[in-house]
Amino acid sequence: MKIKSNIAVSDNGFVFDPNTGDSYNLNNTAAEILQMLKSGKEETEIIKVFAKKYDVDETTFEQNFYDFLGMLNHYNLVEENRG
Amino acid sequence: MEKLRYERPVINKIKAGVPDKFGMNTKIKIMPEIEGIPVKDIINKYGSPVFVLSEPKIRETYQEAHRAFSSRYPKVQFAWSYKTNYLDAICKIYHDEGSWAEVVSGFEYDKALANGVPGSKILFNGPDKNDEDLLKAIENSSFIHIDHFDELYSIIRLTKNTDKKAKVAIRINMDTGIYPQWDRFGFNYENGEAWNAINRIMLSENLDLVGLHTHIGTYIMSANAYAVAASKLAELAVRTNRKFNHNIKYIDMGGGFASKNTLKGAYLPGKDTCPSFDDYAEAITSALINSEIAPDNLPILFLETGRALIDEAGYVLGTILANKRLSNARRSTIVDIGVNMLFTSFWYEHEIYPAQECSLQTEDTAIYGPLCMNIDILREAIQFPLLQKGDHVVIPRVGAYNMTQWMQFITLRPNILLIDRDKNIQIIRKKETNEVFKQMERVPDHLK
Repeated sequence: MKIKSNIAVSDNGFVFDPNTGDSYNLNNTAAEILQMLKSGKEETEIIKVFAKKYDVDETTFEQNFYDFLGMLNHYNLVEENRG
Repeated sequence: MEKLRYERPVINKIKAGVPDKFGMNTKIKIMPEIEGIPVKDIINKYGSPVFVLSEPKIRETYQEAHRAFSSRYPKVQFAWSYKTNYLDAICKIYHDEGSWAEVVSGFEYDKALANGVPGSKILFNGPDKNDEDLLKAIENSSFIHIDHFDELYSIIRLTKNTDKKAKVAIRINMDTGIYPQWDRFGFNYENGEAWNAINRIMLSENLDLVGLHTHIGTYIMSANAYAVAASKLAELAVRTNRKFNHNIKYIDMGGGFASKNTLKGAYLPGKDTCPSFDDYAEAITSALINSEIAPDNLPILFLETGRALIDEAGYVLGTILANKRLSNARRSTIVDIGVNMLFTSFWYEHEIYPAQECSLQTEDTAIYGPLCMNIDILREAIQFPLLQKGDHVVIPRVGAYNMTQWMQFITLRPNILLIDRDKNIQIIRKKETNEVFKQMERVPDHLK
């Protein structure tokens, strides 16, 4: 999943979408995920990093992670799938 | 390396709109324990969901209410409203505090007797009292609060065959300036029906008119309505005295005091808007003391408040079953507490708190119960923290009505616990079993 290139994400988790003028708040974990996605990290890699760094098992995180990606998609913050 | 504390990732859209004049809470309230006992330990031992009642809170609230009235009026007597919560252990706490019993059916009447309440300390209300119930009440010298003329004439008929006089009061409905006006119970004040009933009773040799009773409604947020009601009852007592030279021994103001729960559709939370016991007491006792009743004849003031006494002492503890997304991407959370066991969720916006530490992040969430029914909704929309499956929640202020009006539907009703004054946990109603239900069912031979 690729975040739209013009989406601005600040270090403290503030997101601005210039396409719609909407802004969003992220919590710390969400901000970290968004930064990883912007830097082009693969989803499987992000899951591994989180399970290692945080007090969470892979299954729980995977479930939360895909729920979060669903929200990014809902808010139109990701590039449409081509293919 | 120690792992960092994890929180579910969340994104919330910032909505510009009408600002909330109360602002957002800066801290999410959590309820990790009940009377000092961890919620987690209670659930691990007694299952989830589970109701918990606090004996210290019950006694504390009762004493607060009693003090509010007895410090303003010389003769005060509470009668515990059985229908609000008739678990034997709970009733016995109120009786131990000095409460009589207020019952509304033969079933409740027998329960009060079995709880050791003498018949002469039972107030018998309600529209449904059959001949057997009435005879029992007459024999036991209970106070029968007559609801309609059919009942009045039944009592007159029944007392012909007994040498006991029936001790009766009439229930009176009236306009107290609030909406809705309850006029389905008792005799109306304004149209003269109540006065007619008093006259009929006074002319009967076998009936002793001892009291006047009203119950103006439920969850009454205006203390002044009680002042109006008390004045009208006092006026009837004075008229009765004037015409028949007969003193009314008690005035029963019923119940209906609001608890601190928030009604659905209310703008402000109940805990900020509901009158206190002192407010109600001031309104009622002032009206009686300022009435034309002679000071020597001041009647005993009976109170049948139920909800306001017990609501605060009850909690239901539950567990998150699942988190989902609705079609519009709103979060929905399913908990194991359904409307079948939390009947009051049809009236109240119940507060729901996490039982474990959580961050300040919240999401707009719909909280559903576990029933496979569309009506099983605890909260349509609540800013709720990011809990995971298996986390626990606490819903406070559920002591009134839930444990009497609950329904057995697709699952079994859970344990009810009492935390006593020594902080011991006692089971006061066991979780139901399949056997309980099997015992009551019969399969006809041809279907065996």
